[in-house]
Amino acid sequence: MRVGLIGNQNCGKTTLFNQITGSNQKVGNFPGVTVSLSIGKALEHKDMEIIDLPGIYSLSPYTSEEILTRDFLINESPDAIINIVDATNIERNLYLTLQLIELSIPMVLALNMMDEVQANNGTIDVEMISEMLGIPAVPIAAIHNQGVSELLQTVADIAESRKVPEKTDFCTGAVHRAIHAVQHVIEDHALIGSVPTRFAATKLLEGDNLMAERLKLSENEIDLIEHAAAEMEEETLADREAAIIEMRYAFIEGVCSATVVKARESKEYIRSAKIDSVLTSRAWAFPAFFGIMLFVFWITFGVVGAALSSLLSAAFAGFSSFAKSALSRYGLNYIVLALITEGALTGISAVLSFLPTIITLFFFLSILEDSGYMARVAYIMDKPLRKIGLSGKSIVPMLMGFGCTVPAVMATRTLPSERGRMITVLITPFMSCSAKLPIYALFASAFFPNSVALVMASLYFFGAALGIAAGYIMNKTAFSGSPIPFVMELPNYRFPSAKTVMRLLWDKAKDFIQRAFSIVFLATLAIWILQSFDSRLNYTLDSSESMLSSIGHYASIVLGPAGFSDWRAASALITGFSAKEAVISSLAVLLGSQEGNAGAALHTMFTPLSAVSFLVFSLLYTPCIAAVAAAGRELRGVKDAFLVAAAQTGIAWLMAVIVYQAGRLFTNGAY
Amino acid sequence: MTLNNLAVGNSARVVSVGGEKAIRRRLLEMGITPKTVVTVKKVAPMGDPIELLLRGYVLSIRLSDAERIEIESLDAAKGSFA
Repeated sequence: MRVGLIGNQNCGKTTLFNQITGSNQKVGNFPGVTVSLSIGKALEHKDMEIIDLPGIYSLSPYTSEEILTRDFLINESPDAIINIVDATNIERNLYLTLQLIELSIPMVLALNMMDEVQANNGTIDVEMISEMLGIPAVPIAAIHNQGVSELLQTVADIAESRKVPEKTDFCTGAVHRAIHAVQHVIEDHALIGSVPTRFAATKLLEGDNLMAERLKLSENEIDLIEHAAAEMEEETLADREAAIIEMRYAFIEGVCSATVVKARESKEYIRSAKIDSVLTSRAWAFPAFFGIMLFVFWITFGVVGAALSSLLSAAFAGFSSFAKSALSRYGLNYIVLALITEGALTGISAVLSFLPTIITLFFFLSILEDSGYMARVAYIMDKPLRKIGLSGKSIVPMLMGFGCTVPAVMATRTLPSERGRMITVLITPFMSCSAKLPIYALFASAFFPNSVALVMASLYFFGAALGIAAGYIMNKTAFSGSPIPFVMELPNYRFPSAKTVMRLLWDKAKDFIQRAFSIVFLATLAIWILQSFDSRLNYTLDSSESMLSSIGHYASIVLGPAGFSDWRAASALITGFSAKEAVISSLAVLLGSQEGNAGAALHTMFTPLSAVSFLVFSLLYTPCIAAVAAAGRELRGVKDAFLVAAAQTGIAWLMAVIVYQAGRLFTNGAY
Repeated sequence: MTLNNLAVGNSARVVSVGGEKAIRRRLLEMGITPKTVVTVKKVAPMGDPIELLLRGYVLSIRLSDAERIEIESLDAAKGSFA
C-alpha cells in the first residue's frame, strides 16, 4: 500500500519520514508527476510504502511544489495520506488539512510536537479534533519517536478499510450553496477526469484555471460556475477566493477554540525571540551572517579539510604502495598492474580523500537549514536580493549550491515566481560546488601554501559576485518583470534532529563514494587507457605520444590564451564534465603521481599565474552533466541545459583569459 | 490605516487584503484574513520586510504588500461593537 506523507514546511515531516522508514529509502519516479520523490518502506509495516511529498502550505497552484503535490495526490491516488501538522502552530497548519480532506482519500492527522505543547502546559483534545474533522487523529512527537507506531497502525487500518474522511462540508450559507451548485454541474467531468468532485468544485469556485482545463468544461458549464461564484460573492460581500479561504479559517477557529488550550507563550517562541534579538537585529544581522559563513568555511576547509583529508590520503598512499608491491610480487602482467596502481587507485584515492571535507560542508548546511536559521537569512537578505530581481528565498538554493548544484537547483521549486526560479537556477552554478573543492585545495597548497584559505575564500567570493552580477544583468534584460513575491514563515529555532542530519550525511557520503567508484572510476580508466596507448593501440610509456595527447592538443589551442596550453590540463578539464572530482583524479593519473607529490608535479605544468587562471576556469566552466541535466529539468528542457553548459564555459574562458593576460601585463610576464 | 504604518509592537485587526492576485491569495491562505489580529513584531535590518505575529506564528512579508492590507486599531474595533 502506498501512503503519501504531507504537511507544511517546518512541521517535522522529514524527521517523521526518517523515523518511519529508517534506512529503507530510495528515490522513485511516478508517471503522474514529472519529478522524483523519496520513497521509504515502513519498518513496522513491510507492505507500506511512504512517499515523502514536498512541504507546502496549500494545494492552490502557487509554487511548483504545490502543483506537483496536487498532481501526485490526484493522478497517483495513494491508498492513504498522513497529514502531519505542527501542534504548536495548529491553526495555520489545519488550513492544508481542510483542503486535503476534500480529496476523499483515507487520511490520518498526525499531531506532531505534542511534547512541546504539553511542556508549555497546553492541551489539545485529540478525540474532539478527530470528531470535528471526521478523520482519525494521533498525537506524536516525531523527534522522540513517540506515537509513531500508533500512527502507522491507524494508517494501515484506514487504508485497508478504504475509510475516506467522513465529512467534507465545512461551509455554511452562500459558500455552501455555491459549492453544491458547482458540484452538480461538474459531476460527470470529475468522474471522467477522476478528480474528487468536492475538491474540483472548490478549486473552480476559487477561480483555479488549471482545474478548469483539466476537466475540459464546456463554455456553458463555465458560465454556470461563474454565475454561482458571482452569487456567492454578492452574498458574502467578499470576492470568490477570499470567501472560501475565510470560510476555511472560520471553521478552523471553531475547531481550535473547542479543542486547543494554550497556557502561555511557549518556551520555544521566547527562546527564538531572544536568538533573533541578535541574529536579525539591525546591528548584528549581517556581521553574524558573514561570521557564521566564515566559521563554516574555516572549519570545513581549514580545520577538517586539512587534517582529515591529509590523513586519508596518507592512508590511501600506504595502501596503494602495499597493493603495488603485493601484486608485482604475485607477477601480475605489467600493463594490468599499471592500470590498477597508476590508473584506478591513483584516481580514486585522489578523489576519496576529500570525502571528510564534503561531509563537513553538508553537515553545516543541513544544520543551518534545519535549525531555522536559513529562513532568517532569507528574511534579512530579501531587500538586497530584490535589487537583482530575486526574493530572499533564493538565498537557500544559492547557499546550497556551495554543497551541490543538483539539489540546489531542485530547491528552487519552493520559489513562487517562474521568473525568480529561472534566474535562481541560472545563477546557482556560479556558487562553487563542493566537488570543485579538491581542485582548489590541491592547487592552492601547491602554489600558495601560505595563503590556502585566502585563495579558497577569494574563489568562492569571486564566483558568488559574478553570479550576482549575472542575476542583475538577467533581471535588467531577458527576465525583466514585476518584483518577485516574498511571504515567508519564520519558524521557531529548533535543534535539528540528529537522526535526520546523520541520515543526510550518510546519503551524501554514499552518493560521493558511489560516484568515486562509478563515474570517476570510469573516467580515470578512460584517461589512463587514452594516455597509455598511442593511436595504433601500442602501450607507450611516453604519454605525449598517446591518443589523449592528440585530443588534448586541440583543446589546448583554445585554452592557450588562458595560459594553460598543456594538453594534460585540457584533458583533465574535459573529464570534469562527468563529475568535477574527475579533474583531480585525471590530473593525478596524467602526472603519474601518487597523491602527495601531485602538488610538486603541478609545478612542471603551471606557473602561479596560469594556476590562478586554471582555477578561475574550473570555478566557472560548465557544471557537471548531472547538474546541467537538473538545470534543464527546472528550465525548459534539453536546449536550455545545453545553453547553460555553453554559457558557463564561455564565461569561464573569458574570465580565465582576462585573468591571465592582465596578470602577465602587470607582472611584465614574470609569471 | 494600512499595515505598513503600524508601529513595531502594536497590534491591529485586519479589515481587508488587497494586492496582486497571487500574492493576495497567499497572504489570505497564510491566515491574514479579515478580522484576524496581527502584531508587528519586528522590522528586518534593512527596514524591509517586516515580521508579523498572527494565529500563533511568525510570518514575514514586505512593506509593499503590507501597504495593501487595510487595518483598524483594536480599540476602534471594540468601539464599533460597543
